[in-house]
This record gives sequence, C-alpha cells and structure tokens, in this order.
Amino acid sequence: MAISVKEKRINDQQSLLLEGTYAVAYAVKLCRVKVITVYPITPSSAIAERLAEMVGDEELDAKYIKVESEHSAMASLIGASHVGVRTFTATSSHGLAYMHETLHWASGARLPIVMSNTNRSLGSPWSILAEQTDSLSQRDTGWIQFYCESNQEIFDTIIQSYRIAERVYIPAMINMDAFFSTHVLENIVIPSQEMVDSYLPEFKPKIKIDLNKPSAFGGVAPGDSYFEFKYKMEEDMLKAVDVAVKADNEFEEIFGRKYGIINCYLCEDAETILIMTGTAAGTGRVVIDNMRKKGKKVGLMKIRLFRPFPSRAIIDVLKNKIKIAVIDRNISRGVGGIFAQEIRAAFHNTKYHPPIFGFVAGLGGKDITPEQIENVLNYTIESDYPDREAYWLDIDV
Amino acid sequence: MNKRIFEIPEEDILCKGHMACIGCGVPLAMKFMLKGLGRKTILVVPASCNSVIDGTYPFSASGVPLVHVPIAAAAAIASGIRAGLDMIGDIETTVAAWAGDGGTYDIGFQALSGASERNENIIYVCYDNEAYMNTGIHRSSASPFLAWTTTTPLSSPKNVPKKNIDFIMAEHKIPYIATASIAFPDDFIKKFATAKNIRGMRFIHILIPCQAGWKTNPSKTVKIARLAVQTGIFPLFEIKSGKITLNYNEKDVPVEEYFKLQGRFSHLKKKDIINIQRDVDRNWKRIIKLTKVV
Repeated sequence: MAISVKEKRINDQQSLLLEGTYAVAYAVKLCRVKVITVYPITPSSAIAERLAEMVGDEELDAKYIKVESEHSAMASLIGASHVGVRTFTATSSHGLAYMHETLHWASGARLPIVMSNTNRSLGSPWSILAEQTDSLSQRDTGWIQFYCESNQEIFDTIIQSYRIAERVYIPAMINMDAFFSTHVLENIVIPSQEMVDSYLPEFKPKIKIDLNKPSAFGGVAPGDSYFEFKYKMEEDMLKAVDVAVKADNEFEEIFGRKYGIINCYLCEDAETILIMTGTAAGTGRVVIDNMRKKGKKVGLMKIRLFRPFPSRAIIDVLKNKIKIAVIDRNISRGVGGIFAQEIRAAFHNTKYHPPIFGFVAGLGGKDITPEQIENVLNYTIESDYPDREAYWLDIDV
Repeated sequence: MNKRIFEIPEEDILCKGHMACIGCGVPLAMKFMLKGLGRKTILVVPASCNSVIDGTYPFSASGVPLVHVPIAAAAAIASGIRAGLDMIGDIETTVAAWAGDGGTYDIGFQALSGASERNENIIYVCYDNEAYMNTGIHRSSASPFLAWTTTTPLSSPKNVPKKNIDFIMAEHKIPYIATASIAFPDDFIKKFATAKNIRGMRFIHILIPCQAGWKTNPSKTVKIARLAVQTGIFPLFEIKSGKITLNYNEKDVPVEEYFKLQGRFSHLKKKDIINIQRDVDRNWKRIIKLTKVV
C-alpha cells in the first residue's frame, strides 16, 4: 500500500508519493464529496480503503455507504445526487459491468456523479490486469469518459471532472490502468484545500428533490418528451467538449498544470502519427524519441477525453498526415480496437482519408513494449494500406 | 382489532387522477401510507405497477417527491437519498421505498438485504400482488402455491410455495417489521405512523389483491384483502425488536372462501384446498407460538 515516504511543502502545496488509488482518494477528499459508496474490487480497492480511513478519522465529512454490490453502489449515488450533494464511487471491470443499468439511469437523470474506474480485463477467463474493454463497453451509457496516463493526471482529472460534470449535468468516469497506475508510486503535487475550493465551489444543482415542490423524477415520459430529453442530453454532451477544454484552461490558471483533451507529442512535422491512451502512451513517447533519432518523422497523440469524442480536435491534427497507427488495449469483437474504429468514423465524413492501421495489444495486462511499438510504426510506414481492421501484436505483426 | 388509539389525518396527500386500473388496491394502500407518514416523505419507486399509477410526465399523483428507479435498486437508492439528506442536515424527512413483490422478493432482494444488514434509516414497503402484474401477470417468488399466472399456466401451475419474506426480514434483526392490509385501514395507518417514529430499517408488507391478475371482480378487492387476513393466509402482525405481536387474532374463515372468489385458483381440486388449509393452519400455530416467546 502507498505510504507517504516523502513529504515536503512547496508554498501551500504538498508533495506526496502516492499510488494511483491513493491519488484518487486524496482528490475526492479535496473535492469535499458528501456521499461515497464503494464495493471492493481489485485493483480499485485501495481507494475504498483510504476513503474509509478518511471518513472514519473525520478528515472528510461524508457519508460512506458500504454497499453489497456495484449495482447498489451506483444506485445509492443516484439517490444521494437527487438530493443535490456531491457523490463518488470507485470500481473496475466486472464491477463496472454490473453497474451497467444504473450508468444509463444516472446519465438519463442528469446527475453529475463522478466515478473512477480502473481499467481491468473482463472474464472469462479471469484476469485482474490492465485492459480498457470494461469502460469502453460502457461508451453508450451517456457518461463523460477520461483516460489518464499518470497519477498526477488522475488526481487532477478527478477535480476537473466535478467541474465539468456539474456544468453540463452529465456524470463522469475517470479511467486509469489496472496496476500500471493503481499500484505504481508517483510523486504527486497535492494542492491546498483553498485552491481546490476556489476551482470547485459548492455543488448547487438547478433541480433537486424539494419537499415544498413535490415532483416525480424519472417517471414515464411519453414519446415526444422522451425524445426531447434525449436530444437535450446529447446537446449538453457535445457541449462538454468545450466545457472540458475550458475547465482544463481554468485549472491551469490555478494549479499550473494542463493536459488537453488530446495531447500531441512531436506531431507538427510528423508524417506518421501513433495514437495511444493510458500509461502506454508514456512508453510510446520514448519510442517516438528513438525513431526521431533514426530520422523517422513520427509523432504521438494521446487521447484523454473519449466521451464526448473530440473528433474536431483530432481531425485538425491528423488531417494532413500520411498514415495513422492506433494501438488499442481493448477490443470490440468483430471490428477490432475501439479507438481505431472511433477515429476511422471521425474521418468518414471529411475529405481526408489517411490509411488508419489498427493494432490490438496488451489485453489482459500483457506488456506493451518499446519493441512492439517500434514494430507498429515500422509496419505502418512500410505498408501502403492496412489489409484488415486490426493487427494483433506478436501474432500478426 | 384494537380500537382506534390515534387520529387519522383527514387530509389525503395522494391526488386524484392517478392511473391505476379499476378496482386496484394500490392507490388505497398509497393513500393510507401517506396518511401515516405525512408530507415530509420522499418515495422511491422501482419498476412496478406504481411506475405507471403515479402518472406520466409531467404529472405525478403522489403529492410528495417521488423518485422512479430501476427495479433492483429501490433499497439502495433510498439509502443514498437518506445519506444525502443527512449530509444536508435534514434528519426529519422519511425516505420510503415502495416496491412490488418482484422488486422485493426477487430482483431487488440483494439491495434490500444489504440495506437491512446496514440498518439503513429507511422504510421499505413491499406492496405484494403476488406476481409481476405490471409486465403481464408473470410468476414471482411471491406467487402462491398452485396459483395460475401467465408463466405458470394451467398445464403447470406454480409448484413451490411463496417465500416467507417477513421472517426472512426478521432474521436481518431490523427494528420494525409489520404486515398490513387495505381492509384494515386503522391498523394499516397506525403501523406507518409507528414506523415513522422508529429509526433504522423498517419493513412493511402489504398484500394487495389485483383484479386483473387474480381474476377477481374489481368491486371485491377490499373484501378479498379482508378474507386473506380472516383465513390466516395473510396474518396481520408486527415484529418490534424481535418480538412478534398478532394484530388480528381470529382465524375463523376457511381458505376456500378466499380461493373461490379468485379465477387464478379456479382449477384447485378439493384435495389441493385441504392441503393448503393444513399448511395455513400450521403456519398460524407457528405464529401463535412465536407470540408467546418472550
């Protein structure tokens, strides 16, 4: 478990050596969350443990409901959020899958719940290691989705997510890699409570349960009104792209850090762009550096915001590139990696049609090595067009 | 029956214009419940008949805030509302889940059991019409032995007995459990008024005849509910801190009187009724015995 081995003050900020799970717990505490529910699941459990300590020690003034399932974890937050308080839960993999129905309900009810998900493989067969298929299977549930690379990014994205979610009334899911993030120590700058308070004022929803104005929430909506509700929700979901950009800029003003909804590395003069997400993007940058030394014009794009999908921002960077390679640590059976498919779809109605090579890698926590990434780039550079939806690393390439 | 020991409020909180079927007992039960709980109440309604009865957007007939929720989630969502209220300093408002038998005995049971084990400060009400009536009279684990439903057709009526939810709940050691009947409004309202003033998990079970699903005359809903109590099929009792008290002490009507008014039992043979009578007698004796346990 993460222990603070190093603690020093930089102005009014603190620097702590934390695992990804603890980074989540510290962020939740600073966001002054009022109701927390957690059902334990590896590798997310340390979030539940640390938050239980924080609430137990009265470091954090919150109700912590120790629910009997993930379905109830999300359901309880749906209840609490209807009262108008800030809420949080953490889950992973099968837990997230078990929540599926309530994820739809939370977004449909326009509740800005924030949840962390540690990307872990789904059985069968059992695996507790990194893979994004869990959260990507939830892409149509109406949640904002972020994919994080470092523990600082996880910490900061939790704080940003409350600001975004509470502005558009859409719940947000912050994804991180099982073990590569959750169980790896990184030095994290922990801002002061005052800094977070100034960025994230108290949550005051427009609509909540009011005994003086008794109304029903979520009752049967006849055809036309259901359609209209869904249209408004989509409008706000699309708006969330700009809201996320703005929240990131405003975050930078106070905290001095910024991530972008996408992050580009040496993309400007690159002819071939590699797209990656999560912790593997860090390995990707090392490969880009090495290949640049060999004179290859390559760059890396990390996608951080997945829902709403920032198509415009992505196309702006990629439109004049010669080739694109996408490494997916996830799979939609029958079509290949999910990020690759989304990027292909984003290009479809534009006049730009660079070949997009999809690569499936790292399922079930299998390492994505620098050698593999270099192979991906070399294969992409040397081939004219991909002859299939996805190449499986170490098997096809 | 005890004589009236408290005033029943004149005011009806439940509004006119709800969408229940003719002869449905649910609005009557809702009306009585709200008389017992008052206006400072938030209702949580999982998928069930009441999802429809309350009215379609933008209407709501309940007169108090009502949160519609997925079928398995009632107890969990009620727990969350309670936690939220506690955090904003509202410890007065009652949070009541109002779930059907399917949402209680079957798919919602995990959440109910969890909330009970945690002794959440909520009231959980099961309005039991003994099948998934809203979806089309489908068998639930609350459907009685040998009952006809659309998924236990006459060729294969239900061949296992109804789950004993009240005693399952009693084993969760929660502070208050009661059964209530729309045919005994004084007792019914008093139980909700009692429950309101107890902290912790409270469970109230109401048997509500469904004319469509039970194949009964819509004008006989209350009579059938009364017969369920008088035959001992649905005894009225309370379990307070583990101590059980019978609220209606007579069991003076044979079960046949209850069955003969219901089309769902019209296929019962003489020997079936004898067997059921024997089980009901046995269960009654068991409850009488338990009332004597100090």
